[in-house]
Amino acid sequence: MGEDRKIRILVAKPGLDGHDRGAKVIARALRDAGMEVIYSGLRQTPEMIVSAALQEDVDAIGMSCLSGAHMHLFTRVMELLREKNAGDILVVGGGIIPDEDIPKLKEAGLAAVFTPGSSTQDIIAFVKANVKRPAAMSNEQ
Amino acid sequence: MYDREALDRLDRERKRWEAETLGPFTRESPERTTPFTTVSGKPIQRLYTPLDVPQMDHARDLGFPGEYPFTRGVYPTMHRGRFWTMRMYSGYGSPEETNRRYKFLLGQGQTGLSVAFHLPTLMGYDSDHPMAAGEVGKAGASIDSVEDMEVLLEGLPLGDVTTSMTITSTAAVAWAMYIAVCERMGIPHARIGGTIQNDILKEYIAQKEFIFPIRPSLRLVTDTIVFGSRHLPRWNTISISGYHIREAGATALQEMAFTIADGVTYVEEAIRAGLDVDDFAPRLSFFFDLHNDLFEEIAKFRAARRLWARLMRERFKAKNPRSWMLRTHSQTAGVSLTAQQPYVNIARVALQALAGVLGGAQSMHTNSMDEALALPTQDAALIALRTQQVIAHESGVTNTIDPLAGSYFVEKLTNEMEEGAVEYLRRIDEMGGMVRAIEMGFPQQEIADSAYQYQRAVERGDKVIVGVNMFEDPEERRPIPILIIDEELRGRQVARLARLRKTRDKDRWQEAMDALRAAAVGRDPWGKDLLMPKILGAVRARATVGEIVGALREVWGEHTEPSII
Repeated sequence: MGEDRKIRILVAKPGLDGHDRGAKVIARALRDAGMEVIYSGLRQTPEMIVSAALQEDVDAIGMSCLSGAHMHLFTRVMELLREKNAGDILVVGGGIIPDEDIPKLKEAGLAAVFTPGSSTQDIIAFVKANVKRPAAMSNEQ
Repeated sequence: MYDREALDRLDRERKRWEAETLGPFTRESPERTTPFTTVSGKPIQRLYTPLDVPQMDHARDLGFPGEYPFTRGVYPTMHRGRFWTMRMYSGYGSPEETNRRYKFLLGQGQTGLSVAFHLPTLMGYDSDHPMAAGEVGKAGASIDSVEDMEVLLEGLPLGDVTTSMTITSTAAVAWAMYIAVCERMGIPHARIGGTIQNDILKEYIAQKEFIFPIRPSLRLVTDTIVFGSRHLPRWNTISISGYHIREAGATALQEMAFTIADGVTYVEEAIRAGLDVDDFAPRLSFFFDLHNDLFEEIAKFRAARRLWARLMRERFKAKNPRSWMLRTHSQTAGVSLTAQQPYVNIARVALQALAGVLGGAQSMHTNSMDEALALPTQDAALIALRTQQVIAHESGVTNTIDPLAGSYFVEKLTNEMEEGAVEYLRRIDEMGGMVRAIEMGFPQQEIADSAYQYQRAVERGDKVIVGVNMFEDPEERRPIPILIIDEELRGRQVARLARLRKTRDKDRWQEAMDALRAAAVGRDPWGKDLLMPKILGAVRARATVGEIVGALREVWGEHTEPSII
């Protein structure tokens, strides 16, 4: 891990829905902002997401879910990350998420929830400001 | 339509107007600086005149309503005869809850049914499958077997209203369940009317609810088209859908062009399966998005009708005028709804619905104002239905047919939309057809690029979204009531499945499943033995969606897509 290591982020699509427009637009925006982006593809289980995050040694995970299953899927990812001692990975989520669920998701460990209308610039700024891993911290861009 | 001399005179007059009137005016008072483009990014001129449509020929390009090339509408009286079908796409939670919502909406004047299934049904998993965890009843009604379908449809006038089922990879199974329920209600096959979405190509392109690889999927679609043409003459066996292509980020032109290209592919496949084009083409139906840009949307519908009519008559030599008609469902743009200031969505939906009416749609769903947050509450769905009723009964726009015909602007947009689509079709033909284009990732990449460009335009402020990048509410979020799905539902569906598996006739089930598997293995891709009767047999033997799709998965495998960002 050199000084110039870029932020590595996994953009993941948990759940059964195929709405990947948001995930792809954000993946591209993060890449254009200089991050290394790994896109998981569709219908990833929480186990698959956590395993990909560990294998790819990412600093952050961005999850997108528009099926309504976010409470189950996002919180399961957080549980698995803690089990694997990877609780230092920054996790953010987005999708069709009612306001009432946002505090519960944050309690489960998500750093932020970005709902429709969020600007990619805000998401990029948030990720840059909040990644916790030392390797990435040394490279503020 | 215009003679040369008149056009020359007009051209001189326009130049004079620009020099004498427009020029001095704009020097004093310049135009706004935001780009004048459609929501799809297409530049729009200040003014349109006959100079923009110099060759317009009413007989050739527009025709009369109900006649080729159907630019002005597919029926001679259009909305003066009958309003479009008001068909609210609904489904959530259990089959019982969804049934109550259908009865409520029919009681409020809805004129057609549209079933939203939950994702496990769409993806071929039963509610007790691990992949269904967290998803049961969330994005639609939980339907695992024909028993759930019976509950869903209980007490509904299925001989009188038509039912549209928004389902594709597992459409054949849902259709079989619907037919089986109608049989038990005593409704003859010839009277069962409705639509299955069944457009698998747009799944690979945009909606991404695919299961099997493309070839066996197309075989299954063609199988249903053949079965329908033989046994259910009132059923639309496919709804060739631009909606999801648009929602995934396509421009209006890309939506129309890719949808027509998908339609061409289904026609080719059915002809290859041995059907005469006029045997099935009258039952092909379409489904387009209604986005914010009023005139662009209207032009899209008009151009799609004209292009489809020309293709069916000239390319496929269809003889029956019904084969030339592009009949279409429409839905307001879910992607245009904002989570911020959700009540403003009511205004957006009204304008979008107006485009559908002026564009000549046959059927419509209007989104509810709360759908950027969750599935709609009953009250929100009622406002959306009422919006259609206000347009139909109060606005006066239904008094005459295709009221925007002859507008220099709308006719020019219509021409450009058709020309642009013809160019896309040419490129797709060059690639070897739509299946090959999809395998190469062509439409997927075009859509991803458009989606990204749109997002950037919004973030630059070139595209204004009220309440999001202009006129933001300082109070951020004012809460509105939200539909909450019961988390205990999965447990009840799992128990229902266990009971079903325990009580059904096991020998009959086994026999039906074996017959299905054998038919799926069949080497002859267009075998005499259709799959549809075998699926129907399995459904009647109380096989579940997960079991039927599981058997086909074993034989055909699954599709995996390359990631195109």
